[in-house]
Amino acid sequence: MIYVEDKNLVIPGQILADDEYYPGRGTFKEDGKVCSSLMGLVSLRNKKIRVIPLKSKYVPKKGDVVIGKINDVRFSMWDVNINSPYSGILPAFEVFGRDKKELNKVYDVGDVLFLRVIDVDEVKKAKLGLKGRGLGKFKGGIIVDISPTKVPRLIGKKGSMINMIKNKTNCKIVVGQNGLVWVKGDDDMEQLTREIIHTIEVEAHTSGLTNKIKNKLCLAIDGELPVEETDEEFVLEKPKLQNFKEELEQEEREKAEAEVQDDAGEDGGSEEVEAEENNDAEDKPNFYDVIKELKKKSQNKKDKNISYSDNSNNNSFILNNR
Amino acid sequence: MSEMIREDGRKFNELRPIKIEAGVLERADGSAYLEVGGNKILVAVYGPRESYIRRLLEPNTGVIRCRYNMAPFSVDDRKRPGPDRRSSEISKITADALRPALMLENYPRSMVDVYIEVIEAEGGTRCAGITAASVALVDAGVPMKDIVVGCAAGKVNDEVVLDLSEVEDKEGQADVPIAIMPRTGEITLLQSDGDLTEEEFQKAIDLAMEGCMQVSELQKEALMKKYSTE
Amino acid sequence: MDIVPEITRESITSLITNDKREDGRALDEHRDISIETDVISKAEGSARVKLGGTQVIVGIKPQLGSPFPDTPDLGVLMTNCEMLPMADPTFEPGPPSDDSIELARVVDRGIRESELVELDKLCVEEGKHVWMLFIDLHIIDNCGNLFDAAELAVMAALKSTKLPTATIVDDEVVIDEENTFDLPINNEVAMCTFVKIGDKMVLDPNLSEERVASARLNVGVTREGRICAMQKGGQQPLTKDDIFAAVNTAISKTKELVEYL
Repeated sequence: MIYVEDKNLVIPGQILADDEYYPGRGTFKEDGKVCSSLMGLVSLRNKKIRVIPLKSKYVPKKGDVVIGKINDVRFSMWDVNINSPYSGILPAFEVFGRDKKELNKVYDVGDVLFLRVIDVDEVKKAKLGLKGRGLGKFKGGIIVDISPTKVPRLIGKKGSMINMIKNKTNCKIVVGQNGLVWVKGDDDMEQLTREIIHTIEVEAHTSGLTNKIKNKLCLAIDGELPVEETDEEFVLEKPKLQNFKEELEQEEREKAEAEVQDDAGEDGGSEEVEAEENNDAEDKPNFYDVIKELKKKSQNKKDKNISYSDNSNNNSFILNNR
Repeated sequence: MSEMIREDGRKFNELRPIKIEAGVLERADGSAYLEVGGNKILVAVYGPRESYIRRLLEPNTGVIRCRYNMAPFSVDDRKRPGPDRRSSEISKITADALRPALMLENYPRSMVDVYIEVIEAEGGTRCAGITAASVALVDAGVPMKDIVVGCAAGKVNDEVVLDLSEVEDKEGQADVPIAIMPRTGEITLLQSDGDLTEEEFQKAIDLAMEGCMQVSELQKEALMKKYSTE
Repeated sequence: MDIVPEITRESITSLITNDKREDGRALDEHRDISIETDVISKAEGSARVKLGGTQVIVGIKPQLGSPFPDTPDLGVLMTNCEMLPMADPTFEPGPPSDDSIELARVVDRGIRESELVELDKLCVEEGKHVWMLFIDLHIIDNCGNLFDAAELAVMAALKSTKLPTATIVDDEVVIDEENTFDLPINNEVAMCTFVKIGDKMVLDPNLSEERVASARLNVGVTREGRICAMQKGGQQPLTKDDIFAAVNTAISKTKELVEYL
């Protein structure tokens, strides 16, 4: 017996189903009943019930990409605030390898970085790293924060939402799984994007959101509603996800050059390595690669709470594992 | 049961008018506002978050800390700001009342802070505070087994009645505030203050639980209203 | 503990330099203001003010007490402020912080120095009994610029305050709660708070503007445009020109603000 339907809004303690159903994330089993432990939307797959929370705090997980702020520079590591009850550390080793350098000359307090969670210890402290495409320090732009549980909605199915915003505003956007979003573009467009992201956060649990956002963007930018266009066309475009990398690349290159002139041979380490890596990567990763990677991950990890569903036509709030 | 009418015209098993609203503050992770009779209560929740008070943290679960505070202007004679023995006790039992519902195993070494501000007091603030705090906890996205709800019964003019007003509390013979987890009916807060026979006590508990179930519906309504789509 | 990201500092400064703000306001524009009075029936005067997302509640309670020896025929004003831990994740429970005391004193200064409360009418018996007004500020949501919100709230609460009549009968004070009188007030005051970001002075900073600002200036002005209270805060200096420009703006903005009261 089941007492709720897919996508129903439920609250903690609410009885969702009887024994024959399996309790997934956001639920628990007590006295032969599956109950919700959160306020959120029911997600029903076969006999497994989950509840996708409306709000939650980010708990670091190995493999996640996050946006973090350097809070402190210590002897051999950086303390990084990752918008979570748990702080992160970026060991100097992850940046310099075996070289000894002055940490605050590379990343100083207040710097904002795009990082990967490479490990989480038993008290949930996250060890962070910078090895990977597009990871590194942000230059310019703004930071917008949303509830981490809204991240999949902001990205949209196959990136439809985020790419639509990028195309329309000409902003570079990077989304961390910890709910921090980096946006860089024209001043006004940055502010518009901030507003759009907040609208998505507030209305994440409503249906028809992609169209609502499209209308809002068009009204703000073109001063008129968009001509009829189907979602598929949007999806078919292949916008680049991490194209802020070009920027990073270019800046790193300039910096590297400048430093070579200033102080020959002083710099090196990961930044230069990264710049090289980027130079090699002529065919830039498009969004699908990232999605594929994420999908692979979510298949590997059964309880992964972020994945991308593409079976729905109405763009409602779906974040299920396939 | 007698049909005696109370000083404010209520029946023995009637609650004062209640209004609950979820998500009323910008900065807090979760918040709620509650009015019952002349009480006005505001609650904010922060967390689970990192805490620097290391001695309070536990290695395998999150912990909850409550602070119940009365505004100086919330009572007839101005109250001196800051905690006193009464508010410290209420803070403690409130945390104990909410704790059984919380599922913080996934947040070891973290802290959930619950700040209960009594803006105006008119009897029964501790139960009102717990009721509002639960709504704020749900609003903050804290995982819970149930939404704890509080309500009091008491004895006035030798009658067991529900939800004492300030006057009834002062003039009455006993006050029994409780909090429950409504799904299971388990009691998470119980105080009793005054003179009761065993029979009266049982009657008071039954009545207070009935009251809790009514308030529980209003908690759910407030949450659904905040987040349901038009 | 709470460090402002460098890129946030840069983006806000760059916006302000181009006379723009995150929320689309002009540099000399307040956020939306709403004022409700008589929100607490147990207080003799009360108000709730919202300034954008910032929310403040003020309650006023009178008590009979002894006057100060040097002003035996004047009532007494006491302003107290609690920056509640509910209002901001960085506010701690406990005794008032320095910030909280500064806020209370600056707000109090505007009220006191404009002499808008007719304290002589709060005297019940010279040298013995006067009304003491406890003005308690409760900060419940901090989205920046508590000063202007608090001053408006105190002003609105004072204007809504009704005191019981007190008379002396056979050397005893008799309080008549039934017959009340309006607290005598003969003026209005508002506060305009500016912060310096880059080279500009910005009115009514929101939270992120406040956090990147180098200095702050509070200007309390009466209805007639007279300056009654000021305070410079923050870790960096201001120039004379910054201050004069801010005062000029404050005087014209106060006329708009007192309309809300």
